[in-house]
This record gives sequence, structure tokens and C-alpha cells, in this order.
Amino acid sequence: MTEARRTALYDVHVALGARLVEFAGYQMPIQYDGILAEHARVRENVGLFDVSHMGEVHVRGPGALAAVNRLITNDLHRVEDGRAQYTALCAEDGGIVDDLIVYRLAEDDVFICVNASNRANDVEHMRAHLTGDATLEDESDAWSQIAVQGPKALTLLGRVLGADVAKMKPFRVARRDFRGASCLVATTGYTGEKGAEIYVPNDHAAALWAALTDAGHDLGVGPVGLGARDTLRLEMGYCLYGNDIDRSTSPLEAGLGWVTRLDKAGGFVGRDALAAQEARGLTRRLVALELDERGIPRHDFPIVAGGEVVGRVTSGNQSPTTGRAIALGYVPVALAEPGTTLSIDVRGKLKAAHVTTLPFYHPARA
Amino acid sequence: MADIRPDLRYTEDHEWARPDGDVVVIGITDFAQAQLGDIVMVELPRVGDRLNKGDTFGTVESPKSVSDLFAPVSGEVVEVNGALDDKPELVNSDCYGEGWIVKLRAGDAAELDALMDAGAYAKHVAEADH
Repeated sequence: MTEARRTALYDVHVALGARLVEFAGYQMPIQYDGILAEHARVRENVGLFDVSHMGEVHVRGPGALAAVNRLITNDLHRVEDGRAQYTALCAEDGGIVDDLIVYRLAEDDVFICVNASNRANDVEHMRAHLTGDATLEDESDAWSQIAVQGPKALTLLGRVLGADVAKMKPFRVARRDFRGASCLVATTGYTGEKGAEIYVPNDHAAALWAALTDAGHDLGVGPVGLGARDTLRLEMGYCLYGNDIDRSTSPLEAGLGWVTRLDKAGGFVGRDALAAQEARGLTRRLVALELDERGIPRHDFPIVAGGEVVGRVTSGNQSPTTGRAIALGYVPVALAEPGTTLSIDVRGKLKAAHVTTLPFYHPARA
Repeated sequence: MADIRPDLRYTEDHEWARPDGDVVVIGITDFAQAQLGDIVMVELPRVGDRLNKGDTFGTVESPKSVSDLFAPVSGEVVEVNGALDDKPELVNSDCYGEGWIVKLRAGDAAELDALMDAGAYAKHVAEADH
């Protein structure tokens, strides 16, 4: 714990009485008031997350767009400047190095958010495969990141960052000044709710957090820790790197085919291996599972069919919103169809489960 | 500060035990429930299960954790708190009252006497909460 780094919002967390844990080398808030209350805050009102542990990589130069497009599975040519894209980053063998959000600021200016635990490895991988006239900088130490998520998030953002921000559609990115600091406001997130992720220079992070808190009392704003961040993303079926996806899984297996553009002009790192995997046919898929008996599936619990272990739970919990026991896990393709009945071994007891569709919970849409 | 009751006995694993006639009522302490956070599932033993001191007899789960429950004393399960099936949060809101977990018919009174008293448990908590 003493070795771990502090984000620019560390003092804020301590003042709020957060329980801090070491995560990806940082002392991060796991919870403040309780995971269930914080989860509900995001589903019903608006929550603030310190996600400054996430890494930021900036690619600039005349060939920036082409260079990034050659690294990622998705296709930045499918969107305009000012758009965000979710994507996988793969190795030559098709295994997932990380999952990212890539922001197309301009043809010569691409900003990338990477997972905290993969930062160093991603930078090394991206540098090794960088082509053309582009430079890549790891700017993680300069940026803090505050996620503002929930049905009332855009209202709050409009109050603090300008009325036009409240009108931003999902997966847009724009530069906005906050008290003289140039920030990136991106309408992206990891909860399924409306809202934004704000990339703010470290020296303005605490002031931005305070401004969001002060402006949002009547909206029910409050802090949300990594505990609720995990239950929120699981309800949506969003993958967590290291649990649901890693170097041994491919985006096709992980249900990320929709961000894997095998026919993209110019190809991408890992493309040939993934095309070959598709041609051979997949052997397993990441599926959504719901338990039909009492119990909570957890990471690594065996998935059982016909008396055989056919896969493992990669993420599991009790949905705070629906109360149902939900999980993600890999199963053979023959068992991957929604409605298929399986069992999950919950500490030695087989519990009936079935394959279902994502998301586990549909956020209300105004 | 964790609420530690003077009339209870305690284990190092943060269960409490209270003699009540010829049975012993068992739950988890205020310190334990606060450490666990929101309790969303309690797995209970069956009435009639025979437990030896130290046996795992159930689990308490929060969104982030699964914790085993250990029998503070040996005995036969004579009652379980079925209310926890629908309202596991009672362990958070009233761990020494409505959030009790099981009642055992204990065989050996000496086992209960050997558990920590409130003073010893307070020291144990202070060390655990450094």
C-alpha cells in the first residue's frame, strides 16, 4: 500500500472516507458509502468516478490516424473527427493485448485511453508496431480522468462545462476549457448510462471534482468507487481486461467481432490470425449466463454441462439492479446459444444456469 | 468504532456467540459486517447439521467478497435465520439482533468459555484494523 501512487484526487477520497485499495499501482477508492448505494446513484442520478489510474497515449503527426488504424481492430475511417471508438488491440497471433477507447481528434491527432494495468505493455507494443509519420507519447502521468455517469450526468456537465456539452451525443469528444485548463470531454463510459469521461490536467482535477460536486447537489451527485464500477460494467456485459479478455483470448471469441474489421483497408496487427480463426470456425465464445438458483457465480467457477467442465466464469456477481445472479464465461460454441441450459459449480454445488443475451440490464432511456 | 457488546463471546474470525438457554446464538460482529460492506447473500447450513468447532458452516457474500463462517463452538444446528434469504442486509443493519445467523445446541460449555471476551476481542480488532 505504501508503495502505491496517489492520484491527484487522493486527498478528496480520504476526506470522503473512502476505503482505498491498491489497484494497478495506485491507491484507488474501492467504495465510499457502499457499493449498492453507489451503484444505485449511477443508475438513478449521477456519480463521479476517479479513474485517473487509466493510461493516456497520444499519437500525433501527419500519419497519426493511419498509424493507429494499423494497430487497432476497429476502423477509424468509419468515423469523423470528434468521435470516439471502442476497439481491441491485438498481437500478431490475434490475442488481445488490451481493449481501448480511441478518440479521433483530427487526422494528425489521436488520443487513446488504455487500461491502467496494461499501460507499459501497450506503449511498448504500440511503439513496436508504429508505422509511418507519427509519434507516440505516453501522457498518463499528466492526465487525471473523472467519469461522470448517470441519467442526470449530462445536465450536470452542462452546468459545469457549458450548455453545449449537455447536448453531446454518445461517443463524441470535444476540447473544453475548465478554468483555463484544456480538457477533453468524451461522452464515453463504462456503466451503460449517459455521461462523459473528462480528461483533465492533474493540477485542475480536484477543482473540477469540487465544481461537479457543488453544481450537482440537487441532482443527487456523489462519488462512486471501483467496486460499483465493476458491478455497473458487468450488468452491461462490458469486458474487463484480465478477467474476460486477455492475451489468450481473441476478439472474435470475446464477442468483439463488431469492433473487428477484418476487411479494413490496410489491415491491422493480428488481422491474418483472426481471419484464419474465423475461417476455421470458433471453438468457444464468451456468453452471458444467468443463474436459475440461489448463489453468486464468481471468477474462475467451473461451468458444467453433461457432467463435464466446459468452461470457466470470467466475471460474476449479483446484479445490484435486478438482484439476479449474472456471469460471463467462455463455453464451447455448441453451448453458446441463448436459452442453452448449463450449470455453474458454486463452491462444490451445481447450480442451474442458462445462456442469455446482453445486456443483463437495459438502462432507462429518456 | 466497531460496536463490541460486553455480553458476548468472540472468535478471531469475527463471529460472536451468545448463550440463550440451552442453545448458543451465533452471528458476525459489527467489525466484520463493516469490513465486508453490503451483504448480498448469506448461505446458511441446514437444521440438523452437526458442526465441530472451527467447521465452515456457511458463507457471507458482498459484491466484492466471499467469506466463510466458522463455528465458534461444536453443536447441532437447531435453527437458522431464514429471514436472511430475502434480507441479507439485516447482517449490516443489526448484526447482533435481527441479523443473527444460526442457533446451535452446544455440547461442551468449556468451548464457549474459551472464546474471547469483549476486552480481548477489542484488542484483536484494534490489531486487525491497524
